[in-house]
Amino acid sequence: MLWFSLLVLIPLTAVIVTASGNGWVEFWRAVTNEQTAAAIQLTVGTAFLVTLVNIVMGTMIAWVLVRDERFFGKRALEVLIDIPFALPTIVAGLVLLSLYGPDSPLGVNIANTRVAVFLAFLFVTLPFVVRTVQPVLTELDREAEEAAASLGASRFTIFRRIILPSLTPAIAAGAALSFARGVSEYGSLVLLSGNLPMRTEVTSVRILSSIENDNLESAAAVAAVLLAISFVVIVAVDVIQRRVVRRG
Amino acid sequence: MAESTAPRVRTGRRPSTYLLRLIVTGYLVLLVAWPVFLVGRNAFADGTTDIQAILDDPDIVHALQLTVLVAIIAVVINTVFGVGISILLVRYTFPGRRLLNALLDVPLSVSPIVVGLALVLVYGGRTGWFGPTLQNAGIQIIFATPGIVLATVFVALPLVIREVVPVLEEVGDEQEQAARSLGANAIQTFRRITLPAIKWGVIYGVVLSLARSLGEFGAVKVVSGNVLGQTRTATLVVEEKYLNFDRGGAYATAFLLALVAVACIIVVSVIRPKDQR
Amino acid sequence: MSIEIKNVAKRFGGFVALDDVSVSIPSGQLTALLGPSGGGKSTLLRIIAGLERADSGRVEIEGLDATDLPPQKRNVGFVFQHYAAFKHLSVHRNVAFGLEIRKRPKAEIRSRVEELLALVHLEQFADRLPSQLSGGQRQRMALARALAVQPTVLLLDEPFGALDAKVRKELREWLRRLHDEVHVTTVFVTHDQEEALEVADEIVVINEGRVEQIGSPDDLYDQPANDFVMRFLGPVTQLGDRLVRPHDLQIHTGAPDPADVTGRITRITRIGFEIRAEITTSDQIVTVTLTRNEFLSLNVEAGSTVQVRVAPQIHAGSATGNRSEILRAT
Repeated sequence: MLWFSLLVLIPLTAVIVTASGNGWVEFWRAVTNEQTAAAIQLTVGTAFLVTLVNIVMGTMIAWVLVRDERFFGKRALEVLIDIPFALPTIVAGLVLLSLYGPDSPLGVNIANTRVAVFLAFLFVTLPFVVRTVQPVLTELDREAEEAAASLGASRFTIFRRIILPSLTPAIAAGAALSFARGVSEYGSLVLLSGNLPMRTEVTSVRILSSIENDNLESAAAVAAVLLAISFVVIVAVDVIQRRVVRRG
Repeated sequence: MAESTAPRVRTGRRPSTYLLRLIVTGYLVLLVAWPVFLVGRNAFADGTTDIQAILDDPDIVHALQLTVLVAIIAVVINTVFGVGISILLVRYTFPGRRLLNALLDVPLSVSPIVVGLALVLVYGGRTGWFGPTLQNAGIQIIFATPGIVLATVFVALPLVIREVVPVLEEVGDEQEQAARSLGANAIQTFRRITLPAIKWGVIYGVVLSLARSLGEFGAVKVVSGNVLGQTRTATLVVEEKYLNFDRGGAYATAFLLALVAVACIIVVSVIRPKDQR
Repeated sequence: MSIEIKNVAKRFGGFVALDDVSVSIPSGQLTALLGPSGGGKSTLLRIIAGLERADSGRVEIEGLDATDLPPQKRNVGFVFQHYAAFKHLSVHRNVAFGLEIRKRPKAEIRSRVEELLALVHLEQFADRLPSQLSGGQRQRMALARALAVQPTVLLLDEPFGALDAKVRKELREWLRRLHDEVHVTTVFVTHDQEEALEVADEIVVINEGRVEQIGSPDDLYDQPANDFVMRFLGPVTQLGDRLVRPHDLQIHTGAPDPADVTGRITRITRIGFEIRAEITTSDQIVTVTLTRNEFLSLNVEAGSTVQVRVAPQIHAGSATGNRSEILRAT
């Protein structure tokens, strides 16, 4: 407990305390600074878009992994899903740069644009929805689907009215995690996005430059915003999971 | 009944099945497989010279050694405390348990830069809460190896716990009670009953922590000071090399890191199915 | 004939689930598919419902060739062993599901659902979620859901298999009464011979992918086609080379008749009003069951020497003729 306090609780408290140290007005000024506000807007907006993509693609990927029969390369897909989780973020940036950067074999160069931010978020958040939906889909009662079929429901109706409602909590939890991960992303953007102020600079980069300018107060203020977002997400996931347990 | 476990509704080989398969595979290839492959290829663009070059550079070798050392220390700490906290969470009820449970997820969802900042605010040599005191005692944490270890432990903290808690819950405490009733003390019960039961959970947690620890970048960047030959880790080398237009060196170092990461997840995916039986 | 199954075969990999099965199931009756686990009866039921596709053979429902129809188009009601409840929908919405799919007017759906919930005695649970019901209630809900669409046939796959013994018995009687009210052609799968004998109008005994016998409960019990059916439908014992039911044996202490076998009572077990006596003859152990009064009037005890014989006019299988069956069943 003491260890946990020293490592996690006290440092996080320090962020909050420092953020509020100069009063509410200073905090507000730090957060609404033109450049900071732009960074927060970009980060949250892109994370939101990426989460939408993940909801659709993540569910589709989980579906193929669970419901499709065995096909060549299926195991490899399983491994691919986890790569973004295990790969160092700086390497992730380099990885994306090699296909979508200046030397792209595809002939596209998205380095230093907002698309790069989007792509980097997409990469690092890939596993979340897939990995939360997959076990639920595996455990799903196939007989309920058969019952619906014998009651006359088409494949599409079965998916929409029987399968999807059962997956919704898992999708929501995965989406929340993916949003939190997107908002907090840093490493993969360093090489990829160019960190252009007002254009491709995300919140984490903004905090770092405040730290490097020895402006710890404003760094802490912005950090507090990120902390708040991640805490809201954790609570949301917790609430979702409790509701599922109750439904049984 | 044997019959009801028989294969379910005919899995139709409809066009939609293939379409879905194609979309999913295409997406993953474009997003993950191809880019990762290219890093490997770029690392060997000039044969093995780039790999050779980084292995000959004493500063980079030092960075790699530091990275491995930090990762091992962090994994050991996280394993010991992770198992301890898991048992605490599952086997005991106490006020604040739910809060602790929620807080444990913070490191996974908070920005590594925020982690670094938080540690600087507390342990920073000049302005931190405890920093000056520790510095007077001759202990430097920020801009030194202990800081890197702390940052790494922080970001990888939940991984062991999140693997062990479900296993502990599933195993239940009947076996432990049986062992107690047969006269085993707490340590014997843990060593002979609990630990073997959660063994696989711990192993996954360790492998995942290792991957995460080796690859931590943001938090380490803030607390390390990035001093060449002293506190520069492998991930920082990748950044520095790339920004200094040593693409070959960057790709080669990235390749080494990616190799370890991919090896870790392959290990996990190979041992995982055995446990699910 | 309501359901006509012609030469249906089905394999799962190397396992033969059904081997050239032909059965006719009459309209308006309650038919049981009875047999040991893994014998193919559930597979047959799923093929009738369209949830499984036969490798060969044909299925007709009410004169219509259903072999290639998907389950959606067969208009069958299917009840699963584990209820297959739609967990996120209330009891009312579960029952209404099939009607909503068929786009019936709201008012009609409402009144039909209420009618069905009354039929299965779940009126007061309409707004609950399935997780708030007991197993027996869930299965009644599943039954109402299947009946709501007025299916041509009602199929039940081990409907009471997941319930405890007492509820199972109650629901069994209730199903029989329900069937007498609604008269829909009903087929149910069970491995419990008592359940089949008690509820069904007709029983199809299926074992190892083949039909062993089709007949009324009385036919099957009194005139089993072979030793397998005899053994599966009730207790058996062997006297000499004849397979008989223990309650079809008589014992007496009088002078031995040429057809009698002499033995000594080696064990007496009392189960309520029933007495089970184990009699050791020169070469085998025979089990005889008697009522308590019959036993008391004999005035015997363990160690007594008695004469055993088959009661007159009782069918008994030939044990020697079918040795392999016996070895497998024991």
